[in-house]
Amino acid sequence: MGDADPAARLDTFPRLLARNVADFGARPAYREKEFGIWQSWTWAEAGTEIRAFARGLIGLGLAVGDHVAIVGTNRPHLYWAMASAQAAGAIPVPVYQDSVADEIAYVLDHCDARFAVVEDQEQVDKLLEIQDRLPRLERIIYLDPRGLRRYDHARLHRYAAVADAGRDDAHAAELTARSAALGGADTCVMLYTSGTTGRPKGVVLSHDNIILTARAAAEVDALRPTDSILAYLPMAWVGDFIFSMGQAYWVGFCVCCPESEATMQQDLREIGPSYFFAPPRFFEGLLTSVTIRMEDAAPVKQALYRRAMALAGRVGGALLDGAPVGLRDRLRYRLGEALVFAPLKNALGLSRVRVAYTAGEAIGPELFGFYRAIGINLKQLYGQTEASVFITQQADGDVRVDTVGPPTPGVELRIAESGEVFYRSPGVFVEYYKNPDSTAATKDAEGWVATGDAGFLEDGTGHLRIIDRAKDVGKLASGALFAPKYVENKLKFYPNILEAVVFGADRRMCCAFVNIDLNAVGNWAERNNIAYASYQELAAHPRVYAMIQEHVEAVNADLAQDETLSGCQVHRFLILHKELDPDDGELTRTRKVRRRIIEQKYADLIDALYDGSGTIATETEVTYEDGRKGSIRATLEIRDAKVGASGTRMAAE
Amino acid sequence: MSVAPQSGPAPAQAPAEVLMEMRDITLRFGGVVAIRGISFDIRAGEIRAIIGPNGAGKSSMLNVINGFYHPQEGEVWFRGQRRKPMKPHQIAHQGIARTFQNIALFKGMSTLDNIMTGRFTRMRAPWWQQAVWAGPAEREEVANRAFVEHIIDFLEIQAIRKTPVGRLPYGLQKRVELGRALAAEPKLLLLDEPMAGMNVEEKEDMSRFILDVNDEFGTTIALIEHDMGVVMDISDRVVVMDYGAKIGDGTPDEVRSNPQVIDAYLGVAHD
Repeated sequence: MGDADPAARLDTFPRLLARNVADFGARPAYREKEFGIWQSWTWAEAGTEIRAFARGLIGLGLAVGDHVAIVGTNRPHLYWAMASAQAAGAIPVPVYQDSVADEIAYVLDHCDARFAVVEDQEQVDKLLEIQDRLPRLERIIYLDPRGLRRYDHARLHRYAAVADAGRDDAHAAELTARSAALGGADTCVMLYTSGTTGRPKGVVLSHDNIILTARAAAEVDALRPTDSILAYLPMAWVGDFIFSMGQAYWVGFCVCCPESEATMQQDLREIGPSYFFAPPRFFEGLLTSVTIRMEDAAPVKQALYRRAMALAGRVGGALLDGAPVGLRDRLRYRLGEALVFAPLKNALGLSRVRVAYTAGEAIGPELFGFYRAIGINLKQLYGQTEASVFITQQADGDVRVDTVGPPTPGVELRIAESGEVFYRSPGVFVEYYKNPDSTAATKDAEGWVATGDAGFLEDGTGHLRIIDRAKDVGKLASGALFAPKYVENKLKFYPNILEAVVFGADRRMCCAFVNIDLNAVGNWAERNNIAYASYQELAAHPRVYAMIQEHVEAVNADLAQDETLSGCQVHRFLILHKELDPDDGELTRTRKVRRRIIEQKYADLIDALYDGSGTIATETEVTYEDGRKGSIRATLEIRDAKVGASGTRMAAE
Repeated sequence: MSVAPQSGPAPAQAPAEVLMEMRDITLRFGGVVAIRGISFDIRAGEIRAIIGPNGAGKSSMLNVINGFYHPQEGEVWFRGQRRKPMKPHQIAHQGIARTFQNIALFKGMSTLDNIMTGRFTRMRAPWWQQAVWAGPAEREEVANRAFVEHIIDFLEIQAIRKTPVGRLPYGLQKRVELGRALAAEPKLLLLDEPMAGMNVEEKEDMSRFILDVNDEFGTTIALIEHDMGVVMDISDRVVVMDYGAKIGDGTPDEVRSNPQVIDAYLGVAHD
């Protein structure tokens, strides 16, 4: 940028902020819906707020190199708090806001946080509850004062008061010096990976890691300062950091924060972001709600929808890819756009989406195809916290459902003999904080990082295909290949199935736990006059069992076609009486199945699956949102599913 | 915990000013005596609970407090003045708002509109201006809407702002009703069984909101509630009624150890 100062390279967040204030000062940087109205702040205003809060932090004694925990939902002020911490030479550590106190205690203790910036009373209460275990935590700064007035304010501070204290020039010189001293190699942020096993690890990412990765990925999609995103995914997740901080700062686009978690869908419609990320689960939920509403629509509308979708399924994806499509179909698609697709996209809040990504789990071909068919440029990427997200991503016109795309520019890929995918990139993390053993086990001397996923590069296209978690891929007792995630994904592509866990490593056959999707199945139940009082009751209903059995058998039939995976057919299954939940440790905070924990916790159910019993009585401990524990008792039915003929024969039970 | 939050009863201070005083209230419906000779006071800024078994006369007492019933005997003193019988619109304007045991919302209207109705007594512009949204009426509407939005934010019901209340689950309707009462900026807020029919989680939420209302807005609150645990947790002082008479009055601890109360309401120990 045409700055006179040669030292003003754009290699740190404070420098990027200064650039944005100078170049896009009057453009909106943040929006947040509050009191029913979208409030907005320009880059210039955001810069002022960030500097004020940073000076306030210095005034409270924040030292260079301190860790500042950030706990809350996506709010502009919390994003500013991260930027303020960086400007003052400290390191922001966003923490999952729905973590129970125990998990927060571990993270804050591990990073020796002296300061915590939190959203509201709920988070303050959590921190006060665990303060005895956090002797180093000195100051808690809260955003929303509600309910906190009578608290002891010896160590509690209100965000606005800290920022106001920083509005004079008291620490201005100190702040400038601290920001100037930062370089690209300094730590930008520390993110704790939820980890499917063991304690979370603190991933240290430098300014270079984040900025170079954000830049490379932004260039693939030609992101512009006029773009906008909706920041609704947890701030502690690396994806939100790269989109809402990294790319927003690099490109200068606007970050919009929803009013509350529950209003996200409504806010999405109002904002109409042009750049959007969501996990497959979100797109699935959206499609389920569309399907449910279409089933309730008048026959004429239903017929119109069906015809339009049939056309879209045939040519929509091709149009998006710029592939040749006949004039007749083009015109018909135009008509469909006017009558069906445009209103539908508007209802979903995706009208203005130019670039949309999904990642984290495999996405069903029908699901993926649906969004592309109606003209939403949905693409896949593959990434990890340790890579500052981007490892591979699909460019426009090169989108496929069965791969996660070619490497992002700057990323090198290597497939080990075991099939595990390794990568090396400018985004590769510095280290795991205070954990050299894990660092050494994950990253080798040349900078190659193990992903833990098994996959292969496709000849010719260079696209990466992921099969499964490397450590989950195993063998059945018969020696046949066992890839649980592959089967689980196939099951989960059915809207009625929310989650599935398949067992079978070193056993004679595969069996599965199934979680029903309360929305989809509940709606189906209503439609079919099936009465139920609770999740548990619905899950145990014979007709629900029959429906799930159909799905399982359909998946089996599909698997039977595949020579290598035919051994993975599900012989017996049961429907769990509770939803798998991160609070119970069964899923990670990003909702990935924690296999080992489930195997321990439900050992009795697994035994029952394999010993041939027809029912099993069980008692399960559950953790409520406030951390209290209770238990639920249930008697579960176990069913046998038909399995296809090919492969090892052992069905016919 | 060294820095425990001081929720619950306020620390003992100099006795606060008395907001409302009931002196020897007796209320009859024909030959039935609903309330007999009850006296108690409500101090500014406190949470005052009225408890008692079914038919003890609690709801009648609430109706006396807000002026809907006029007792045959006794005096009601509110904000330093003895209260005379009132017309309904006078009742509405005196600064007492309430919620009802069996939710009384406009089912077909949205949450937002329901709470806006709570601002009705605050509107000054003439009706013909309100009808065309002109001049002062528009400014007034905007100011009222802003006030209501703060309540929506406070009660965390943003997601149902535009939802007709008839479609909401019971717990949320209760919250909307509280919102409407708050919109009137009452001096005294009456809650008739705010937790009735709620599950544990909803009760916890509602308790938190009641404490926060009391704390943030300094609103004096009088409530009737069956859930003893909730009453003892959130109230500063408790009046206990049985068969229309007062059998106990004091802090939750005092009431809990009052033998008469234990016999009449909490029941004699079974084992």
